[in-house]
Amino acid sequence: MKLKTALMGAAACVALAPLAAHAERGSSGHVNIIYWQAPTIMNPYLSGGTKEMDASSLVLEPLARYDHEGQIVPWLAEEVPTVDNGGVAEDLKSITWKIRDDILWSDGTPLTAADVVFSAEYCMHPEGGCAYRNNFDDVINVEALDDHTVLVEFSTPKPVPYGPFVTSGSPIIQAEQFADCLGARAPECSEANFNPIGTGPFVVDDFRPNDVIQLSANENYRDPDKPYFATMTFAGGGDANGAARAVMQTGEMDYAWNLQLAPEVLEDMEAGGQGEVIVAFGSLLERIELNFTDPSPDLPEGVRATRDAPHPILTDIRVREALSRAIDRELLVEIGYGDTGRTTCNFVTNPPMFASDANDDCIVQDIDRANELLDEAGWEPGPDGIRVKDGERLSLSYMTSTNAVRQDFQALIQQWWSEIGVEARLRNIDASVFFGSDPGSTDTYGRMYADVSMWAGLFEGTDPQTYLGERRCGEEPRPETQWQGSNMNRYCNEEYDALHRELTQTADIEERAEIARQLNDIIIQDYAILPLVHRGRVSAKSHTLGGNKLNVWDSEMWDVADWYRIEE
Amino acid sequence: MLNFTLRRLILAVPTLLIISLLIFLLLDFAPGDPTANMPLTIPPEVREDMRRALGLGEPVHIRYIRWLYLVFVVEPSHILANMTGLDVAVEGNRLLSWQSRSPVADIIAQRMPQTLWVVGLSYLFGIMIALPIGIISAYRQYSWFDQVGTFIAMIGFSIPTFFTGVLLIVIFSVNLGWLPSMYDTTHSVTDWSSFVRQVKMMIMPVAVLALYNAAQISRFMRASMLDNLNQDYVRTARAKGMNERVVVLLHVLRNSMIPVVTVIALGVPTIFAGAIITEQIFRVNGLGQLLITAIYANDIPMVQTLTFIFAVLIVLFNLIADVLYGILDPRIRYD
Repeated sequence: MKLKTALMGAAACVALAPLAAHAERGSSGHVNIIYWQAPTIMNPYLSGGTKEMDASSLVLEPLARYDHEGQIVPWLAEEVPTVDNGGVAEDLKSITWKIRDDILWSDGTPLTAADVVFSAEYCMHPEGGCAYRNNFDDVINVEALDDHTVLVEFSTPKPVPYGPFVTSGSPIIQAEQFADCLGARAPECSEANFNPIGTGPFVVDDFRPNDVIQLSANENYRDPDKPYFATMTFAGGGDANGAARAVMQTGEMDYAWNLQLAPEVLEDMEAGGQGEVIVAFGSLLERIELNFTDPSPDLPEGVRATRDAPHPILTDIRVREALSRAIDRELLVEIGYGDTGRTTCNFVTNPPMFASDANDDCIVQDIDRANELLDEAGWEPGPDGIRVKDGERLSLSYMTSTNAVRQDFQALIQQWWSEIGVEARLRNIDASVFFGSDPGSTDTYGRMYADVSMWAGLFEGTDPQTYLGERRCGEEPRPETQWQGSNMNRYCNEEYDALHRELTQTADIEERAEIARQLNDIIIQDYAILPLVHRGRVSAKSHTLGGNKLNVWDSEMWDVADWYRIEE
Repeated sequence: MLNFTLRRLILAVPTLLIISLLIFLLLDFAPGDPTANMPLTIPPEVREDMRRALGLGEPVHIRYIRWLYLVFVVEPSHILANMTGLDVAVEGNRLLSWQSRSPVADIIAQRMPQTLWVVGLSYLFGIMIALPIGIISAYRQYSWFDQVGTFIAMIGFSIPTFFTGVLLIVIFSVNLGWLPSMYDTTHSVTDWSSFVRQVKMMIMPVAVLALYNAAQISRFMRASMLDNLNQDYVRTARAKGMNERVVVLLHVLRNSMIPVVTVIALGVPTIFAGAIITEQIFRVNGLGQLLITAIYANDIPMVQTLTFIFAVLIVLFNLIADVLYGILDPRIRYD
């Protein structure tokens, strides 16, 4: 505490000028950030984790990114290319980026189109194992037209051509520094991977994987007054509880990331008076997926949980609807998430223009209607209260990952389903196995050897085309694809697929939103997926930290150059 | 004695080889996927490419032999080169962690200081507290001192460190604001005030672990002393008219130390394994935290190497304990 007071005093002395306490570079002194899951590398292309992407975004920057409202904004580019300004070709098969000519790398050399071309080459190298490879899907050519112009060509029309070089998952790396790190040699470049030369507001002084990063202001940053902080400690380790405590109770840290804690715990800590919880909503949806194929262990491998074996119970829409009606979503939000979650009845929850308003009736629990539906479907209550039809009990296996909130949800939903005569057999599996894609494991969410499973999914950026495309026929995990795939519940609907094809060929944003809402309504009104909670991103910041806007569409560190110390 | 030591050392080689094979195979066959903790937005094809880039495509025996070569030859040569400045480092690929894509040995070397300082000191303090408590408790069995000592040992034993740790943080960091709740691994001691800060950071984690260690060792010490206090040779010593001081501290203590030294020696490898939970609570990013994050991230090379190092230490300290046994107890000579 004393040290902090002393530091703040020192910062206040430096910033003596009474006009604006934070008007020049470095005037705010030192800032402490904690990511309790610590970054292991400063090169997002080699990691894929959110923590690495956020940490590296302090140093590396993209050409354009999404701001806190989900709007695309130019970053290292002069403007965002569109069809209207001629940056995107009429046939939607190429995009031309104009790079700002006043950008210097932290070593003082200028940023050129060659660096941008190299960044694409680096990530698209077949042996590199680049985690953001999908940003470069369908790219056939990236070339520099002159020192500050880059042309990207696609093999198919791209209504939303903002994959390459947009968001912190696709930043520009320096060609000179990474020249010897292409492909299979990428992992050997520890020095470059830990201390990348960037254009961002900070430079790495000391990187300790999984522990702590020391950074200081980039002397060559384009805005001469920024960043306001002179130095930064980006700490990692510990747990979410400790991180929240350090910001809100002891004041040792200024900013903490990803505080998925029980609502009452966060409330108690906020009472500590040093900081506050900040929440923003992206597209993260906690949902129940209903399996359309039969996961019964009696079936032979190769048939089990594939389209050859339709699910004996869940292919009846009346059962699916009954399962949905029995759930009290308001209670789930209150118990599991508090202010950091919202009720929702949509598959696409955000951005607002893509969110449908046609399904809001799911919010209110309706046990009577659920019972009626099951009666109609021919399921008669059995001697133990569990419904029976043709000698078969209405009993479902219910799988999710190990996590306190998810186990609470399982217990609650098991109770509600028992009220309508449905038995739920609960199972939980460690997250690293459940979300893994080991084809040898039968416990993954992709294998889905369960009747229903619960997890949370989201999409990158602000356009749901890829996310909605995951539910097309043929995208399901199956033996022929080594159980890889994205259509986890094996939903298949030709009308849906046709509409999705239309989406991929539509460029107009209003029309796209309209089609996306229709696709959402098909899935929801078919009760293929039961949305439970629209989850927010939860962080905490100190009361003395200003200038920060929580961004769910990009790195939380996106506006770190604007952060400053609020003087008391 | 020398013969015995040499024989044991040679025997340790096949033991360690078998352990290394077991560790390698167990971790290799365990379910898990290094890309599992990545965001769900990364598509499966990309994950497959990433796994291939990590070298997971090759058969098991080739990967095992390469791993052995890296662990026994390449990484030690780099450590030696770093320590001595000699040019002995073996050229070529190094054993890389999957998370950070940097050499495993470098990261372990980076983590060693804080673990040795915090966990090592707590072990030392634990011993220093435990021995006198054990001796006095046994000598004055059922006295109030013994009762209090037993009570504290019981607390140290039965209350988990994740409870005592958080309790201390709530009292001393949140309510009183005296001590920092987080350990700063980059802090370097240069003058008096930075030394004070270092001590402040270490008080709570060391105290929590020292209580736990002291509880265990003091019970061993007390039990061993009690065994010996009733022996005939003690009565003889007293009958010969020796004063109590000599009887207890020379005769009884030396004999009682034999099992206790073994317990202490066998406990040393656990220092290197770190104290996973305590490190987590106080954010001391040492070897324990390194191991647990590597396990969560399915960073197999890191987990394999760390567990193998622990195995080496356990084999080594077993040997040391045996040798100490022989030195302390003249009845046991191995030759």
